[in-house]
Amino acid sequence: MNKYAKITLDGIIFQNPTFVLVLGTCPTLAMIHSATSAFGMGLTVVVILTLSNILISALRKLIPNEVRIPAYIVIIATLVTLARMVLEKFLPDLYDQLGSFLALIVVNCIILGRAEAFANKHTVAESAVDGVATGLGFTFALTIMGIVCEFLGAGSIFGAKIMDFTIGFFAQPAGSFLVYGVSIALFTCIMDSIQRWRRARKNRPLTHESLVQEVA
Amino acid sequence: MGTFIAIVLAAVLTENFITERTLGICPFLGVSKKTSSAVGMGVAVTLVMAIATAVTYPLYEYVMVPLGIDFLEIIFFILIIASLVQIIEQIIKKVSPSLYNAMGIYLPLITTNCAVLGVCELVIGDMKSILGETAAAAMNTGWAVLYAVFAGLGFTIVMIIMSGLREKINCYTDMPRSLKGFPIAMITAAIISMAFYVFSL
Repeated sequence: MNKYAKITLDGIIFQNPTFVLVLGTCPTLAMIHSATSAFGMGLTVVVILTLSNILISALRKLIPNEVRIPAYIVIIATLVTLARMVLEKFLPDLYDQLGSFLALIVVNCIILGRAEAFANKHTVAESAVDGVATGLGFTFALTIMGIVCEFLGAGSIFGAKIMDFTIGFFAQPAGSFLVYGVSIALFTCIMDSIQRWRRARKNRPLTHESLVQEVA
Repeated sequence: MGTFIAIVLAAVLTENFITERTLGICPFLGVSKKTSSAVGMGVAVTLVMAIATAVTYPLYEYVMVPLGIDFLEIIFFILIIASLVQIIEQIIKKVSPSLYNAMGIYLPLITTNCAVLGVCELVIGDMKSILGETAAAAMNTGWAVLYAVFAGLGFTIVMIIMSGLREKINCYTDMPRSLKGFPIAMITAAIISMAFYVFSL
């Protein structure tokens, strides 16, 4: 079980795609002006990433090494086309909010990155867990930044009005850039200070193993 | 003439790909550490954007829509872009080895650049919000390619501004450790984006 815990913690915290690896920046910056669209984009990526990881992992022995990248791109493009049809039919609001960035999930580096770095070397079950965990890490990061941007830029959270005071800057792409930059810095800073605090108390550095043991 | 000006202004300034549409951020952050490489990447992206639009726009308008297979656009476009990048790479290698050496490493990366697929998706989608009614109604292959060229030019301009700023920023060594690298680049990008926002007021 420890193996799956490691994959999960890596995806959400230690190798968080948004804050640590800084992948998939274009959809992140385009979506965090509102918490709803950020959360919707995150969940869409969870679904597509999990399915693409499962498919690529299942086909990893069949796909010749030389043509693997085109094969991955076709698999991902097919999944995105399907997701687009499903969203257009059942969630038209989200479909409108995501706009052209729904099609651009094809070139989201997180998905191709996980296929190349993880799914083509691991079993189907491990790849599925990795897909869900990395996707949730992405969703978690996007939703937090989306809440901050929407609160400051529109005075609301998930569309619910909270205050009348708004700062237009945070509704603009410029505000998204700033919030993203500051968020990465804060995340790095918090992780660093946790490690320093543990070193001062003569504990082992915080890793997935120590976290699993201490929680259990 | 009106359409021409509308397209040029929209593509380069008011709807700049990096600062307003947030497309192509990976090369923007990854290849903007030196001005020379930023120029190389910008030129390569502009070239691929123009050729990709020149192929995908007519294909979509005159083949896929009449045949009713426009729902396959994502798969078609990404395959066309991937093969175009390969062909362009081979041609440049043959015709101009010096140019190939100058931008050789950036070319393969362009396949997964959202700016390229983004411009192909944009010109077949709703152009009304970008260009206004009259210009959007006049949309055809020529205007689409023109839009792609100038969007690439806008991309290159922002890349050059960013690389110039980053060369200066990297001289400051007493920056907080957690701000080094991506965070400070993002904050710089926020300031550039604010400057470009002025054009769309």
